[in-house]
Amino acid sequence: MANVTLRSVRKTYPGGFEAIKGVDVDVGDGQFCVLVGPSGCGKSTLLRMVAGLETITGGEIDIGGRVVNQVEPADRDIAMVFQNYALYPHMSVYNNMAYGLRNRGMAEAEIRTRVEEAARVLELSPMLERKPRQLSGGQRQRVAMGRAIVRQPKVFLFDEPLSNLDAKLRIAMRVEIRKLQRRLNTTSIYVTHDQLEAMTLADILVVMNGGQVEQIGNPLDIYQKPATTFVASFIGAPPMNLMPLRSDELTSQITGTEGAGIVGIRPEDFVITSEAASGGVALGLTVEAIEHVGAETFVYGSRRREEQGVAANPGELPPGEVIVRVPGTTGPAIGERIRAVAPRDKLHLFTADGRKRVGP
Amino acid sequence: MQKQAIFQSKLLPYALVAPQLAIVLIFFYWPAAQAVIQSFLLQDAFGLSTSFVWFENYLELFKDPAYFAAIVRTFAFSFAIAISSLSFALLLAVMADKPLRGSTLYRTLLIWPYAVAPPVVGVLWVFMLHPSLGVLSRYLRAMGVDWNPLLNGDQAAALIILAAAWKQISYNFLFFLAGLQSIPKSVIEAAAIDGARPMRRFWTVIFPLLSPTIFFLLVINIVYAFFDTFGIIDTMTRGGPGKATETLVYKVYTDGLLGGNLGSSAAQSVILMVIVVVLTGIQFRFVERKVTY
Repeated sequence: MANVTLRSVRKTYPGGFEAIKGVDVDVGDGQFCVLVGPSGCGKSTLLRMVAGLETITGGEIDIGGRVVNQVEPADRDIAMVFQNYALYPHMSVYNNMAYGLRNRGMAEAEIRTRVEEAARVLELSPMLERKPRQLSGGQRQRVAMGRAIVRQPKVFLFDEPLSNLDAKLRIAMRVEIRKLQRRLNTTSIYVTHDQLEAMTLADILVVMNGGQVEQIGNPLDIYQKPATTFVASFIGAPPMNLMPLRSDELTSQITGTEGAGIVGIRPEDFVITSEAASGGVALGLTVEAIEHVGAETFVYGSRRREEQGVAANPGELPPGEVIVRVPGTTGPAIGERIRAVAPRDKLHLFTADGRKRVGP
Repeated sequence: MQKQAIFQSKLLPYALVAPQLAIVLIFFYWPAAQAVIQSFLLQDAFGLSTSFVWFENYLELFKDPAYFAAIVRTFAFSFAIAISSLSFALLLAVMADKPLRGSTLYRTLLIWPYAVAPPVVGVLWVFMLHPSLGVLSRYLRAMGVDWNPLLNGDQAAALIILAAAWKQISYNFLFFLAGLQSIPKSVIEAAAIDGARPMRRFWTVIFPLLSPTIFFLLVINIVYAFFDTFGIIDTMTRGGPGKATETLVYKVYTDGLLGGNLGSSAAQSVILMVIVVVLTGIQFRFVERKVTY
């Protein structure tokens, strides 16, 4: 049981590349913190710095009131679950879980009790004598979890633990991890690039980009009030529609746009209607593509031709293209002209460089 | 799955493997058959008459205490060479595996000695450790060691083991380094987080994961020490002093070419052939299985 505090943590590689550019995060005791961001944003590096597998070139990492910058991984009282599970291939499931306890000189009887308890919780009891190569992906993942929980550490670290599993198992394990963490009430830091995993698991969500923290907060707060255009387009699927406020049609419609250069609207905040948009936005769109997902339908529409182009960042929409979510399976047909309206209070305004949110 | 190759003519596949088969037949099976035949023959001292004596050459060998001494000596040499070369190569590989500046350079340098031919290795070590010419011999004598491998059999044996093991370090190093690099980093990191100190990490995780490589190299090294040390022995000690460094292979040479006892020499070759077959058989059995952990 401990809180983890990162104070202006930096990582600069000998070549001069700055992987982490000053990160401040405070994870309270028993909280589940998720680091999310695109690949290369430094989230894994940051986690490995907490684990002690990467050196810290600036700032402080504090686990349970002790600065651990110079402390060996073994002495930080943490346990880590790796993306490829990193099980010891020559040891049985039992020995995989017992290894960390034996290294700490625990009595065999106590080890047996702990391993068997963990195996019971994770439904691994019948496979304790098997070798990792005789297990399925999901079972290996559970052994990796077991190896972490038998240690009863202060902090769990997860490095994309579900990304090697198939989609269905991933969802099941996601729920399992959350339940297990709630029950053990152990402070956890979890790295993922999957925004859905991040949203569903986190008590505190840390959105990272380019070695910096874009936003920290409760997942729903982040979803409802993204601090930057990066967060706006990264959290939420399909991404938020972001449009520059230079076109007269848009700017004239919206009230109170002082200082804003970009407007963002989530696909679900649009309504296809002919009513007037008082202070909000009404867009005339030509339907280009339709995706039926079952419970909802995504309509891809284009605005004016001259605004079309290529997306500035991966995951963002090309300029001029707008996604509108329609509930159910009813929707317009391809080629149809529609009018999508969003009310004023659903608009997100950002500065022209996208680095700051304007207004509430 | 299609297992049968498609050839229009039945002759073409045979024609394609013929050159390979011819080489194996002419350069291996023919001499081997000659050796087997020769091992059943006995010539008089002047080479004027030859008689077929069945297994007499073999029986003579097994009654000869010198032959038994050579067997014991060869096994002792082989294990000494294999163990010392393997352990030193493993030590170097573990150190070279660390991400240090210039590691590519010294990895490359460590591989170079493999390109040196065994007789040249012998000459190199003779220059360093010859009792009157050797550079190192002077220091040894200055330290009070009565160093004279030309007279002292144990010292000569040590010299052969040293040179032969040194020669093989590069080869072993290469395989160990590859073996170490194929161990996933995360497994070692997991062991570090699990509280295993570097030494314990090595013996409980890295060493067991290297065991297939170690086994493979052990067989290779024993075969090397059995057969490929001929050049080293010939340039350094010629089997002497006395018979202190005469291995089975060297004995084949001295008895046959120098002693003129072709029948006994051939019988010894056949026995060596059997040993190679057994060693290779062991290796295939275990290496084919690949995973031994």
